[in-house]
Amino acid sequence: MVNICFYFQVHQPHRINRYRVFDIGDSEAYFDEKKNFEIMEKVSKKCYIPTTRMLIDLMEKYPDFKVAFSFSGVFIEQAKRYFPNTYYLFKRICSSENTEVLAETYYHSLSFLHSRDEFKEQIDKHGELIRAEFGKTPSCFRNTELIYSNWIADFVAQLGFKTILAEGADSILKGRSPNKVYTNPSKNIKVLLKNFQLSDDIAFRFSERGWKEWPLTAEKYSHWIDQLRDNSELIGLFMDYETFGEHQWRDTGIFDFFRHFIDIGIKKGYSFLNPSEASERLEPKGIFDCPHYLSWADTERDLSAWQGNPLQNEALKKLHEIESLVKNSGDEELLRKWRSLQTSDHFYYMCTKYFNDGDVHKYFNPYDTPYEAYIYFMNIFSDIKERLSAEKNQKETESKKIKEEITTN
Amino acid sequence: MFGMKVLMLGWEFPPYKTGGLGTACYGLTKGLSKLGVDISFVIPKSPKPVSNSFLNLLNAKVNEGLDYSHIHPFFIDSNLLPYSSIDPKTGKRLDRISIRGSKSDSFYGSNLLEEVYIYGEKVKWLSKELDFDLIHAHDWMTYPAGIKVKEASGKKLILHIHATEFDRTGGHPNQSVYNIEKEGFERCDSIVAVSNYTKQVVIEKYGIPESKVKVLHNAVDVKDKVYQRDKRPIKIFSKDHIVLFLGRLTIQKGPEYFLDAAKKVLEFEPNTKFFIAGSGDMMQQMMEKAVHLGISDKVFFTGFLTGEDIDRIYKRADVYVMPSVSEPFGITPLEAMANGTPTVISKQSGVSEILKNTLTVDFWDIDEMTNKIVALLRYKTLQHTLSKHGFFEVKKITWDSRAEECKKIYEEVLGIS
Repeated sequence: MVNICFYFQVHQPHRINRYRVFDIGDSEAYFDEKKNFEIMEKVSKKCYIPTTRMLIDLMEKYPDFKVAFSFSGVFIEQAKRYFPNTYYLFKRICSSENTEVLAETYYHSLSFLHSRDEFKEQIDKHGELIRAEFGKTPSCFRNTELIYSNWIADFVAQLGFKTILAEGADSILKGRSPNKVYTNPSKNIKVLLKNFQLSDDIAFRFSERGWKEWPLTAEKYSHWIDQLRDNSELIGLFMDYETFGEHQWRDTGIFDFFRHFIDIGIKKGYSFLNPSEASERLEPKGIFDCPHYLSWADTERDLSAWQGNPLQNEALKKLHEIESLVKNSGDEELLRKWRSLQTSDHFYYMCTKYFNDGDVHKYFNPYDTPYEAYIYFMNIFSDIKERLSAEKNQKETESKKIKEEITTN
Repeated sequence: MFGMKVLMLGWEFPPYKTGGLGTACYGLTKGLSKLGVDISFVIPKSPKPVSNSFLNLLNAKVNEGLDYSHIHPFFIDSNLLPYSSIDPKTGKRLDRISIRGSKSDSFYGSNLLEEVYIYGEKVKWLSKELDFDLIHAHDWMTYPAGIKVKEASGKKLILHIHATEFDRTGGHPNQSVYNIEKEGFERCDSIVAVSNYTKQVVIEKYGIPESKVKVLHNAVDVKDKVYQRDKRPIKIFSKDHIVLFLGRLTIQKGPEYFLDAAKKVLEFEPNTKFFIAGSGDMMQQMMEKAVHLGISDKVFFTGFLTGEDIDRIYKRADVYVMPSVSEPFGITPLEAMANGTPTVISKQSGVSEILKNTLTVDFWDIDEMTNKIVALLRYKTLQHTLSKHGFFEVKKITWDSRAEECKKIYEEVLGIS
């Protein structure tokens, strides 16, 4: 019996404006709404709409076919605002019992690094959103970019999650199979792993003509899966949803490949499980002990894509330095903006690891260089800081006035 | 091919240099000689050396590892200097220093074009005694010489473009110079441009087919340099930021955009000084502009710098700006980076094609130039990152690897590969 677990990540950041030094203290237009609209429209047409339709078709055709999604809060905000067709289509697919919706941080953030309070607040905020939008309560958690460590697993277990997803990295597995269910060392949460070989065959290598397996056919792919049959309980195929039609364009044959693979899988008797279902049904076969941070990005599979140079570290650290100021200001709009700046993509754009993973980074970077991403980000940060201190001064003068009034009266 | 022999029509060797052209010829020649390419290097030499004798300089270079078993310099008496051009309106030479020498010199031509012609004749006569497989000529003043030698010898001719007449004149070419360039491009066997930017100019403005133009970017030789950003060799204004412009003060280099940006930067970072290093026909105009903008106390004109002073000023600067209007390559950002100085450079430049650790702007976008200069002054982490990454990036841009590319072009032109 082959069990397959599909999980797709759906996310778009609020990309920031080319916010110049002239704008500091002058403009609150931090986000490039035009670009965000354009990208939502483009990706909707190329990916979200056709892929979701394809999945709905498959679910109608095969009642046992299942998928799981994780939507960032900032994605849902933008889909709703900029491309409602996408939003409603997701609502439709999520209304099916066969669709699981996972938990994550609302802002697709790296908040776990600097503030556990903020981390929890964002998970809660995301949970509320998912309940409100899809009527579902997530029980499986996946952190931003599949970033995982023992403490994160413990932390979300405390929050009541039963299952967490992670990269099936060999550095942790040390020769053990990624195709089994594990637990964290505290044994309070089950860990489902991404089979990065098979996932990345689709997500990254599918259209690579230099790859020795190109062109990848559904027959060949299912044959690889069959070979794992004896020693496997669950094959985690985790990838960005944008793989379909956006990273791998329609003309690469990605849609036909997927459809055909499901046809074959059903015929061969594969069973499709959602993460929570797999977690309930399958017994853990070992401990997944991950003391350091593990992610699904780049060849390093660590945090270096977002926190690999002093620019990235400083930008994130500075942002969190003003956390209590922002929260105490009572300014909801400012809080929302501050949180939207926490989205991991902003730090990804500042990545300077050119020479190995450069191509992928460049493709996703709306700025000419990581340095520009940093400049615009820091200019916005300067503006927020200035506003906070202006607000503070104003409050102080006001309270001083009140005090004076009291004493004179 | 072992023992390939090249007749190189080049320009002066450093440290006596007037810009990128001499440095490029020298670097490429040095790299080629290491690959065993035999080079007869023909250089115009003033019959009346002013202060530095070329020969002495050449002797000084022996210690820098030049292999004279492969490089054979030949000096030809001539008053030509690189970067000469002619004023399209008056027909006079645009830059007063473009031709050296005095009236009493017997070889002195009545005008620049005649001088170019005479030089060509002399090179042709010299070439009859030399043994070579192909001719490689650098910039328009040597193109007629290249064509003459090609006709006389039947050897293949490669023309190397460091700048076109369009770049030098800010888009108002002198017709005679343009004609010389165009004829050269049409009659040579292959063209080497210092950037894709320049390649496009050759295709669009001179109507040359794309397939004829190869790109060979310039480089620098700083392999042995050690990173040291914290040394501040100039003590003046130690509490102020310093933003540097270094280059000829000509229309091509865009010094006026630098001043416009300076004015705006001062609104955000008042403790900033602006250094303008270089001389040229726009010097007076720029001084007047600084006064007109009301920032003359913040702008310092150092004049033309040489040798150690160049490195010292680069090292002291917090930011180096190259606002060129049209820069076929632009070697100064590489020199700045080799000194650990972060750079803001014009997108209208060839060098921006190969650099990653720099900030680029459109030369006319004064606001963005200001934004980037201010960011570098304010965000120290950015300044340090660009300084460090830039330094290590530029160390990898070597003439040795360019020489290998150049040798491949030679082999292609000669039909051996």
